[in-house]
Amino acid sequence: MTTADGAFVAFDRVQKSYDGETLVVKDLNLSLPKGEFLTMLGPSGSGKTTCLMMLAGFETATHGDILLDGVSINNIPPHKRGIGMVFQNYALFPHMTVAENLSFPLEVRKFGKSEREEKIKRALDMVQMGSFAGRRPAQLSGGQQQRIALARALVFEPELVLMDEPLGALDKQLRETLQFEITNLAHQLGITTVYVTHDQTEALTMSDRVAVFDDGRIQQLAPPDELYEKPLNSFVAQFIGENNTLDGVVQEIKGDTCIVKLDSGDIIDAVPVNVSAVGERTKVSIRPERVEFKSERLQKDAHTLKAEVLEFIYMGDIFRTRLRVAGTDQFVIKTRNAPDQQRLKPGEMIEIGWLAEDCRALDA
Amino acid sequence: MSDKMMAADGRPLKASLNRALRRQKLRALALIAPLLLFIVITFVMPIADMLFRSVENEIVSETLPRTTIALQEWDESSATPPGEPVFAALYTDMALATEYKTHTRLGSRLNYEMTGISSLFRKSGRGVGKFDTDVYTKAFQDSNAAYADPAQWASWMADETVRGQLPMTADAYDAWAAMLISEEGDVPAEETPWDFVFTALYLEASAGATLPVDVDVSSVEPVSLMAQFEKIDEDWADPEVWRTIKIYSPRYTNGYFLNSVDLMKGADGIEERPENEQIYITLFVRTMIMSLSIMGMCVLLGYPIAWILANLPSRTANLLMILVLLPFWTSLLVRTSAWKVLLQQEGVINDILVWIGLVADDNRLQMINNQTGTIIAMTHILLPFMILPLYSVMKTIPPSYLRAAKSLGATDWTAFWRVYFPQSVPGIGAGCILVFILSIGYYITPELVGGTKGVFISNRIAYHISSSLNWGLAAALGTILLVIVMLLYWVYDKIVGIDNVKLGG
Repeated sequence: MTTADGAFVAFDRVQKSYDGETLVVKDLNLSLPKGEFLTMLGPSGSGKTTCLMMLAGFETATHGDILLDGVSINNIPPHKRGIGMVFQNYALFPHMTVAENLSFPLEVRKFGKSEREEKIKRALDMVQMGSFAGRRPAQLSGGQQQRIALARALVFEPELVLMDEPLGALDKQLRETLQFEITNLAHQLGITTVYVTHDQTEALTMSDRVAVFDDGRIQQLAPPDELYEKPLNSFVAQFIGENNTLDGVVQEIKGDTCIVKLDSGDIIDAVPVNVSAVGERTKVSIRPERVEFKSERLQKDAHTLKAEVLEFIYMGDIFRTRLRVAGTDQFVIKTRNAPDQQRLKPGEMIEIGWLAEDCRALDA
Repeated sequence: MSDKMMAADGRPLKASLNRALRRQKLRALALIAPLLLFIVITFVMPIADMLFRSVENEIVSETLPRTTIALQEWDESSATPPGEPVFAALYTDMALATEYKTHTRLGSRLNYEMTGISSLFRKSGRGVGKFDTDVYTKAFQDSNAAYADPAQWASWMADETVRGQLPMTADAYDAWAAMLISEEGDVPAEETPWDFVFTALYLEASAGATLPVDVDVSSVEPVSLMAQFEKIDEDWADPEVWRTIKIYSPRYTNGYFLNSVDLMKGADGIEERPENEQIYITLFVRTMIMSLSIMGMCVLLGYPIAWILANLPSRTANLLMILVLLPFWTSLLVRTSAWKVLLQQEGVINDILVWIGLVADDNRLQMINNQTGTIIAMTHILLPFMILPLYSVMKTIPPSYLRAAKSLGATDWTAFWRVYFPQSVPGIGAGCILVFILSIGYYITPELVGGTKGVFISNRIAYHISSSLNWGLAAALGTILLVIVMLLYWVYDKIVGIDNVKLGG
């Protein structure tokens, strides 16, 4: 496969091995247009950070090409790539003040003094840190350091910015604020961003598209809603959001629906995603919030399952109810905390069902 | 209004807190007490004693107490030796010192200040018993037998009126009696006093003092003690000798320190030593310059190694670290001797250079028994002390700093010089302090490979401790070295800040 024309950043059949025995990145193909915010999401060891480091130039691809604006950058050293980067631990230079940190990329680019000062001021104002120019990194809080790291990566106006789990060390509230700020800034400045994280919420809320990595491959590359609602395989379904899984065998395929016989003997309807033949084993995936249990909302002609309520957890905005369904104790449903919402009691027997299109038959 | 915080029981909060912490403090003190005692007894006290020796000078006034008092009258800038009373005092002191066998020790002490005094004192010790002063003894004993009776002497000397009349004789008798008891184990009441006691008696009698038993001494021809001493050695007539004794008679002296910086005490105060005796300033300067060179070499050689060690995977780094520490496991002597084998003119390196043809066979390089040899061998020996602190500091610098710098557009060199190097400075500082302080007091290596041109001040200290036995000078040199190190430490603290020194973590 060749990269699409007009792609700003492209990985073309990139492979990477550290020890010559195993591949950390296996045949990676990825292209993103200018201005896109792409997140590489995956568990640790999935190859996402390696991909980012290859793009930044700190690792060399064992095979394949990495193209920036149509030009292969495999042999261009990192300092000539002109890519801004934000590191996990901020990597602010501790012996320099905030202003000196920001001045560094401008000095090595031989900007004049007045121009430097102007750019530094603009970058600091951009992250609302204008009054901190004289401080040292150690005198700043984690969130402030992250803002400065961001400003430093942007101060020399790169067209591509890489971020390696930049919010990992911050508390939840600060993380949410900064997620919002980073996305806004990226879109405002029109820069292309490649963002690496293992936090799926972060990936879903910030990105234009998310590349889910596992085992050195991109498992799915899609916008957040598609990723969540239409996972292409059971890894993605499991990794993104909460998910109920039922094991079974495909009994019948009729166009875009199929019938799955669960191991417990129950029959359910599902959408065949990556099952192709009758008799194939499958994992059926269904989101907790798409499960219905009120009789008036169940499809008349659809298959339903009997369930016993095991546990009811009050979580404020939602209720989380654990059920025993088709032989598993880990089936979860989520309901909104609305005034008329029913609170299920442990021991209660109910009937559950869902729209066939919400139930996806994936690889076993 | 009360400005003191009170605890729940109404006592001041501060007192309550102190009480609560006292147990902890006592426990902490008890834990360090054994080591503290050990260090105080075996380290601090001997060093303090040693340093005290650099100013201590009691030997002169203790060995020649009467002489030093008598000399106060004499003007040390005069061109003539002191008069007869001083020689009379010297006679008593010398006779006693000879019995106590302290005159040779004093001789060696004064010999540091003026060559020749040692042999002068040895000779005088031998000759002082053979003075012609026995004529006085004979005269007294012949005129009255009471003067030959030991018991009579003892009773006179216990009598306050006699003692009041004859203070000098009483003093001489007391000193003689004390000497007899401690050195000979005899009883003074059973021995006739020696000639020097009779000399004192004669001098006082001829000056008109009342004797316990009257004797006419006018017929006795006086013996010139000055002439007697001059007969032993004419140096006693040399005012230079007397000047030395007088200058060094106070109990404390700055003479050792002056000597340490190539000065000396002259008749008119402090003056420079003769050109051919000036060595210490040169040695101090050389020690400084060579220690700085060794420190510089250690930085140059150690920095890249520490960098490699800090950036390798830990398995390989540990292996290499063992290689760095390997020299610690071999004896210092073996390592230094190995350098001798390598560096000498018929040594391995010269052989190879000759074999390659870089150096002519009859023009082999002189690499040992000079400063080059000392610098090479000591750089090798002290290198681990530079590498270890550097390594432990570099280990704490995350590699992401260099990556960040490069991603911001810096070349490898700029990233290193502007980002990595400043953060490794505390390690360089710690290594430099360690290496410099260690090398400034180094002894074995310069002794073995330094020859004459490559020795340090410490070699001179060792020489004075073990060969010339001039401990006072050794102590003064050591004190100066200590002060220099502390001064440099202070300067370093002012410039770099001691908080910036990291040995790890």
